[in-house]
Amino acid sequence: MSEIALVNSPNVGLDKTQKGGPYVNDLSTLNLGPTHPATHGIFQNILTMDGETIVDAEQTVGYIHRAFEKIAERRPFYQITTLTDRMNYCSSPINNMGWHLTVEKLLGIEVPKRAQYIRVIMMELARLADHIVCNSILAVDTGALTGFLYVYQWREHIYEIYEELCGARLTTNMGRFGGMERDLSKVAIEKINILLEGLPKGLKEFEGMVMRNRIFMDRTQNVGAISAERALNYGFTGPNLRAAGVDYDVRSLNPYSSYEDFEFDVPVGTKGDTYDRFLVREEEMWQSLRIIKQAMENLPEGPYHADAPHYYLPPKQEVYKNMEALIYHFKIVMGEIDAPVGEVYQSVEGGNGELGFYLVSDGGRTPYRLKFRRPGFIYYQAFPEMIKGSSLSDAIVTMSSMNVIAGELDT
Amino acid sequence: MEKLNNQQIIEALQKAFGEHAIYGIGESHGILQVTSSVDQIVPMMHFLYADPILKFQFLTDLAGIHFPEAKGQELGVIYHLHSLENNVRLWIKAYAPIDAPNFPTITGLYASANWMEREAFDFYGIIFEGHPNLTRILNVDDMDYHPMRKEYPLEDATRHDKIDELFGR
Repeated sequence: MSEIALVNSPNVGLDKTQKGGPYVNDLSTLNLGPTHPATHGIFQNILTMDGETIVDAEQTVGYIHRAFEKIAERRPFYQITTLTDRMNYCSSPINNMGWHLTVEKLLGIEVPKRAQYIRVIMMELARLADHIVCNSILAVDTGALTGFLYVYQWREHIYEIYEELCGARLTTNMGRFGGMERDLSKVAIEKINILLEGLPKGLKEFEGMVMRNRIFMDRTQNVGAISAERALNYGFTGPNLRAAGVDYDVRSLNPYSSYEDFEFDVPVGTKGDTYDRFLVREEEMWQSLRIIKQAMENLPEGPYHADAPHYYLPPKQEVYKNMEALIYHFKIVMGEIDAPVGEVYQSVEGGNGELGFYLVSDGGRTPYRLKFRRPGFIYYQAFPEMIKGSSLSDAIVTMSSMNVIAGELDT
Repeated sequence: MEKLNNQQIIEALQKAFGEHAIYGIGESHGILQVTSSVDQIVPMMHFLYADPILKFQFLTDLAGIHFPEAKGQELGVIYHLHSLENNVRLWIKAYAPIDAPNFPTITGLYASANWMEREAFDFYGIIFEGHPNLTRILNVDDMDYHPMRKEYPLEDATRHDKIDELFGR
């Protein structure tokens, strides 16, 4: 098309988004999802495109909705831990611990220091795994596959540490009400020390490859930006909010599980764009390593679970020879133990932000109402606003850097 | 600066809306909960948002709830507000009858309320008047009931091996 033709086009200077307007419609619809390699999960975006530019976006979620909140109303408290695994499956231990903390708050159980420290170590390992996934996949989405290979082996290593503690890798079901199901084993401590030694090297290599890479910077800077004000209004939390310049971190504002004992920084960005989100996550990984190091050095001696026989399963050997242990074992496994009446809200800093549990108990064996505050569900609403006017390739990296996880989105 | 305490919030609310606007005040693990009427919610939220000291400018969550026994007040909404500057949380609760579960929308104040209200509509059938797009969000569009209401049991009613009585429940 020549320049003269463009000037004479009936569309120059008209509002393209106005319905029924004089604009001659040449918009096209593009389905991004439900199954698309770039969404990293099952959810749909119906994009209205004007050539390469996104004019509007409509989201459809719920493809893997599993009715967790309804199921939870029928399950004894300890069986709900397995549901929380499946929310943000990139950092299951954080979900598990958040749920345990909620119930412990309701029951009034005091958790021993050692268990709290082990929980902190596990939660920070989970955060590392979560951020490794998000950041290295962001690099892959911009076309840099190599960096991903440098850090992904450490995610594997973190899974091996989980395995050492709870026997599972992805859906961990880690910990119990009152503490941990087992102490840190020799192998686990060894593996954590290997990680503390090796991951910084891998991370440095990854950052050296990606962080100041011209192509990566061009693809991510000023892409998918959101202001601090809009981010707060949209209920952003976690790294995505901090990238916009708000230093809200549950770990430092409302410390839980002894986070007040550790020294760490809360990194913030300035622009709230994709590059800032990447940088904030990178820095958080360094801070997580710092926290794990401190926790390992100052790991207190003592029991790894509280003395709460009504809620904490007795050791199996005891069950065979001790009457009380057998009774408690039976009652716990059958879900016979009633919880006190109450209403609790407990939040933890998940991989993506404030993960909250609102629990209403009517004194029965199951929750009367349980509401999960999933950070991903709340901030993903802002996606259309963030990508309007940008190109399709920008939308892909924006989504990738927001770390939208389908399990968390749909519960 | 001294930390904002719950008594100050109650006093500020009572001063602005009068004693009769607040039906119930409670506290649970340090979090203040205020029960009010449905038509007071929007002005109350605006007041809490704009007040230069309180600054409840972050909507953490919004949860629907169903109490079948509370006649005339079956369906409720719990708004979880957070004043990030003061680091104080506040729950605002309101209830409506199940025949007319109409609540005003707060999407004008919080963009984040959009999907939260859609979720409450989807699962409890709470109608948020003035909502820009009040459709189902997680369940399929042609579902004809609201599954989180208590009258829909989770277990199959024809099963006899899971009777509560047999388990001493």
